[in-house]
Order: sequence, then C-alpha cells, then structure tokens
Amino acid sequence: MMGTVIQYVLYLVVLVALAIPLGAYIGKVMNGEKTFLSRICVPCEKAVYKLMRVKSEEQMTWKKYTLSVLLFSGISLLVLFLMQIFQGVLMGNPQGLPGVKWDLSFNTAASFVTNTNWQAYSGESTLSYLTQALGLTVQNFVSAATGIAVLFALIRGFIRVKTDGLGNFWVDMTRIILHVLIPLNLVLALCLVGGGVVQNLKSAETVSLLEPIAVTQDGEIIEDAEIDTANNTVKVDGEIVENAEIVTDQIVPLGPAASQIAIKQTGTNGGGYYGVNSAHPLENPNPFTNILEMLSLLLIPAALCFTFGRNMKNKKQGLAVFIAMFVCLVLALGVVAVNEQAGTPQLAQNGTVDISTVNQAGGNMEGKESRFGIATSATWATFTTAASNGSVNSMHDSYTPLGGMMTMLLMQLGEVVFGGVGCGLYGMLAFAILTVFIAGLMVGRTPEFLGKKIEPYEMKWAVLVCLATPIAILVGSGIAAVVPEVADSLNNTGAHGFSEMLYAFSSCGGNNGSAFAGFNANTTFLNVALGLVMLFARFVPVVGTLAIAGSLAGKKKIAATAGTLSTTNGLFVFLLIFVVLLIGALSFFPALSLGPIAEFFSNIA
Amino acid sequence: MKSIKEVLPRAAMLVLLATVICGVIYTGMVTGVAQLLFSDKANGSIIEVDGKKYGCELLAQQYTDEAHMWGRIMNVDVSTFKDENGKTLMYAAPSNLSPASEEYEELVAERVDMIKEANPDMDETAIPVDLVTCSGSGLDPQISPAAAEYQVARLAKANNRTEQEIDDIIDKCTTGKLLGVFGEKTVNVLKVNLMLEGIL
Repeated sequence: MMGTVIQYVLYLVVLVALAIPLGAYIGKVMNGEKTFLSRICVPCEKAVYKLMRVKSEEQMTWKKYTLSVLLFSGISLLVLFLMQIFQGVLMGNPQGLPGVKWDLSFNTAASFVTNTNWQAYSGESTLSYLTQALGLTVQNFVSAATGIAVLFALIRGFIRVKTDGLGNFWVDMTRIILHVLIPLNLVLALCLVGGGVVQNLKSAETVSLLEPIAVTQDGEIIEDAEIDTANNTVKVDGEIVENAEIVTDQIVPLGPAASQIAIKQTGTNGGGYYGVNSAHPLENPNPFTNILEMLSLLLIPAALCFTFGRNMKNKKQGLAVFIAMFVCLVLALGVVAVNEQAGTPQLAQNGTVDISTVNQAGGNMEGKESRFGIATSATWATFTTAASNGSVNSMHDSYTPLGGMMTMLLMQLGEVVFGGVGCGLYGMLAFAILTVFIAGLMVGRTPEFLGKKIEPYEMKWAVLVCLATPIAILVGSGIAAVVPEVADSLNNTGAHGFSEMLYAFSSCGGNNGSAFAGFNANTTFLNVALGLVMLFARFVPVVGTLAIAGSLAGKKKIAATAGTLSTTNGLFVFLLIFVVLLIGALSFFPALSLGPIAEFFSNIA
Repeated sequence: MKSIKEVLPRAAMLVLLATVICGVIYTGMVTGVAQLLFSDKANGSIIEVDGKKYGCELLAQQYTDEAHMWGRIMNVDVSTFKDENGKTLMYAAPSNLSPASEEYEELVAERVDMIKEANPDMDETAIPVDLVTCSGSGLDPQISPAAAEYQVARLAKANNRTEQEIDDIIDKCTTGKLLGVFGEKTVNVLKVNLMLEGIL
C-alpha cells in the first residue's frame, strides 16, 4: 500500500522537476533568445521563412492573426479529409485498406485539426501508413503548435503597451515546431522504440497460436470444441461441425507507431496509433515506456505555466496559476485512485475474488493492464483528462461510477486543469479574467489583471471562451439524447449507457478525445455532430482569446497601487479554483446526476 | 479580401512544409535510427525458434487447456482481420463493461465457477482479480504474481512436474517494477507456456 502511495507522489514530483527547465527553454525560444539548440535550429528556421516569404519581424493585428489561424486550420482540415478519402489509391498502404467514408473522414479530420484526437475508428484496421504518418502525425504537431502560438499572442497582449501587433503567426509556428516539438519528440520516440514500441514500414506479421480456436462460418467462436489440426476437423460432443474454420494464427499489427505516439503525448493530442491507444502492449509495452508517455502528456502544459511567469517577468503569477491547476489535479487524482482501488461489490463477489494488494495490484482491474495496475492507470486517467490529451492506458468505460465521473468532470471544467498545450493556459487565463472581475465587483473596484484594465469588451469575450465548452457539450448531448438511433450505439444499459453518451460529448466539447470506448461513435449522425462540436469548442475560444489579446495590447499599463487586488496570493488561487468549479458544477450537475451519480447510488441501494 | 489573398498562400505553404518536416523527415529519421539500433524491438518483439514464429511476446493468446497457464479473460475478435489467403486471424478487444452492473456481477460469477472447477486444490483461496477481469487492451500478455501462483498446483499436476519446477519457470518469466517503484510486477503468460511445452 505504501509503495502505491510513493508511486503517486513520485509521478507528480518528476513531472514538476521536468516542467520547470522546459518552461524556461520555451520562454527563451519564443523571445528569440539563444539556446543550446540555436546553432542547429536557427538556420532551419531561416530557411522556412525564406520559402514562405515571411519577414520574421513583421507584426500581425489580432484580426490577421485570427485569419491566419483559421485559414491554416481550414487547409489542414481539407488536406486530411482528402487524404483519407483517397488513401485506397495512394501509396504507403501495404495492408491494402480502402478509402475512408466521408462522415468518418470529416470527423477524424476535425478531430486532429482541433487537437482533440477523438477516434471513431480503430487505427490498425482503418488507416494506411501514409494517412497515419503524413496526415495524423503532421496534424499532431501543427495543432499543438497552433495552441501554443495563440497562447503567446495573448501573453504579448498583456506585455505590450499601446500597439496593435501581437507577433507573427508564421514565426510562432515555425519556432515551436523546430525548436521545441521536433527535438523533444525525436528523443522521446527513440526512447520509446528502445523500450519496445514498434517503428517500421512493414505490413502486419502473423504468428502461431499455441491453442488454435474453432470458429463458425459467421465468425462465432465454438466453445468446448475438440480441434484436430491434422485432419482439419472440429468436433463438439463427438460430432463434426460442418464448415468450421480453425484459426491457427494471430495478427501482429505493425507500422510507424513510435514516432506518432511520441507527438500524440507531448502535443496533448492523444490519438493512438492502435485502437485501444496506450493500453495496447505494442504501443506501451512496459512501465518504462509508460512513465515516458504519461509524464510527457502533461509536460508542456505544466511547463507553459512557468514560461508564462518567466516571459511576463512575474514568476509569482505563473506559479499562482500552476498551483491552482496542480491543486485541482491532485484532488481529482485522489478521487480516482481511491475509487479504483476500492473496486465494486459486483467484482468482489463477497470475497470470492481477491481484490487486495497482496502480490498484485488488486482493485478494479476490469479494463486495466496488469503491468500498470491501479496506481499507474489512475494517474494516467487523471492526467489525460486534466490535460486535454485523451490518450488512455486503461478503459475509462470500465471505471467505477465515481472514478469514471471524475475523469468526465475534468473535461467538463473546460480543460483548464493544465488542459491542452497552449489552450489549457489561455482557457485558464480567461477564467482568471472572470475571477478578477467577480472579485472586483465584490469590493467595488475596477478590475485589472497584470497591469491591464479589464473592461466590458474583454469580459464578453472571456465569458464566451469559458462557456464555449459547456455550451458545446450540453447542447450536443441534449440533441443526441433525443435522436433514437443513438441508443443503438450504447454498449452498457441504464445510467451507465447515458454516461457513455455524455462522456463522448464531454470529450469532444473539451477537445480531449478519450472515450467510454464501448460507445459506437462511428455512425453518420454522431460523426457529423461530434465533428461540429469539436470545431466549435476549439475555434470559438481561439477567436475570443485573440480578440482579448488585441484589445489588451492597445491599452496603457497601469501601475499597481495599494488598492490593486493581488493576483498572486493564496486568496486569488482559492478564488480562481472556486470560479472554475462553480461554472463546471452549475453547468454539469444535472447531467452528471442522470449518469454516474445515479449509477453510484443504485449501487448503494 | 486583400488579407485573405496574402494569408492563403502562406497557410498552404506551411501545411506543405509541415508535412515534409513532421511527416517525412521526422518519421523517416525515427524509423531509420530505430531499425539500426533496436531492430528486434522495433519489429514487434516476435518469439522465433528454429524459423517458426511462436507468438508475440507482447500480445496475449487465449488458453483453456489445463496444462497451460491462463491469462486475463479475453474478448477474442475473429471478424476484423484476415490474411492474404482469406484465412481468419485472431485479435482481441476490451470489454468496456461497467464493473458496477448486475450483468457484470453474473458474468464474474460464471468466471469464478469456471476457474474454481479447474483449480480444485485452491478451493480455500480467493481468486486473484486479474484472472476474472478483461484487460484494457484485450491483449494483455501478463498477469500478476498472485494470479500465477494460484495456478501452480494445477499446472504441476497437468504437466507431471513438481510445484518447485513450475515456480522456477514462473520466476524466469517475471518482470519486476521499474526501479522497484513504477508499474507492477508481472508474469508473461506466453513465455511460461512455451517453457512448459519445452519450446523455449
């Protein structure tokens, strides 16, 4: 038991220890300062500017910055959509997979362009290597870079005085990709291969089964069959079964996995190479690869808090935001860990099943891998839903009612507990603006944040940024709940079935991408509906954030006085957490009571 | 309109450049170095003895024979993959069932009966949870030491070996926690069974 607690604590300590230096590095890169990689990266950077005919010192207004983000994302969406439709006739397809249907292509394209990586498909049986490497991997990089770029435009809005320039989108993208994402992922991907993750361009292997399996013509397994491989006959109770097939081999799906897995973790994308994501033993074979993947999923979002403090020349502010996020993370982790370790009475079977921690992980092992047990699965589940990553190393659908609810709630809070790279922090800063406004109303002072006056214009956009996620989730799942065909997609019945649908919309509305994976999301209605939810929840906050940045940059800096509300002390951290929880709880309590809370209480009754 | 004309070609150019840098160069570099340094692992950790591929160390198979060690409960998939000759290939998927429903309770009860019947010597011992649950990938190749130990008496009888011999095999197939802290200690079921068969 003690060992388990130490494991939780060490995961958190190592995370913070890595995030601080990375935060400083990203800060230097974005200011164009010299780093230890400058000698290699700066020449590449200049070459890119030349090809794009961009002058690196040219500044963009908020409207131009927004237009650049939207057009770049729009073209990405189109390219990825077409690549899937035509993958059947393109090269790089050794498994000979056909083109993807339009609705699934749209859903997947929207999903990867918005940094969500919701997957209504299973990678190994749907997408060619070309689509995986040139389509999805590329979007994993650029959608992450877009999030960070928008964050820096906002930071510049706070720093700059009486100007309309917020930086240059092309320069920001180039720097993030070349200086940060490529080096980090090269190292990570190679460490993953060293740990046992596959990386090749071969078609799938087949290997022998030690015990062959008998199957009927319709693909059903024949129980208690006597299999005679020599004569190729299958008997049940001494009688030969006609037309039975003996399955003697297993498929080992291969391909360029490690390179994609590295960036899907560091970019908080989360879209697995394999259908079951990082639970798959070829995607995440052991505790070594797991710690690398798990920490890297929260690394950049955590580091950006420190970058923010450094570049604002106000380290305390970065730390205050970091602490607010960290406290929420630890609380959530506690709830998930305790519930999963306790298991359920249905599993324990009055003590016939041993769920203790003696010589095993124990607890609720349904949907969890033995090499990860409870501690590593619960930590990952909390990290991935706190960050808007969405990769999984265990199946959230099989979590206990309250453990599963916590993962859902983290997404519904608007993905601001670290959240996605860049977007988590700009989302949290919108909440901070909301907080100073509410606090300002309480004490009767004009609200200001980081030396800039907060006025109705900023407030309107901040409210839109904060409410985009709840609106997308609640309107989307509300409509889906009355569409009759959605009921056919559920894998579980009753309250848990409702949770599956609510989780799907929370995941897409939070741009997270994880799933209660029993839910069959690959229907035309759901593909289109969830695709639209993802686009709305991503781009409304992007526009809002850039509008706030543009307005702030045009204002003068006001000096802090004795009457200024401190935004770096404990009180502010408390207020910020309170506002985040208040909006989340008020928006989602009714929906959650129909799902996980109902399931929990029906268990007690 | 003027800005769109200016931004559009640059946006298209960046998509193209990103595809080259992040898709072709990055993926190519990782693949090249991986194949050079870690060719065995990068190609799927396949167990090959005298030219025959006996399985993948990282992917579970289903065992029902009492002489074989049993793994996690499997939800076998024989409808997704076929080889080039149209022969069915085995794969597996997670259950995605809620562990808090009545249906689940009944399902686990059935598994308990099945396991108890196969392990009459262990009637007094509670069944380790790994043996009655489906894994996260559906392809978990390992089980906990407790789940392995539970099967020792049955394996010894069915294979005409002593319990000590079985314990030795399990020891050889056990991997500890990373640095003694991270993850869990596990036993690789396929390796145990290949050793029981005398193949490894």
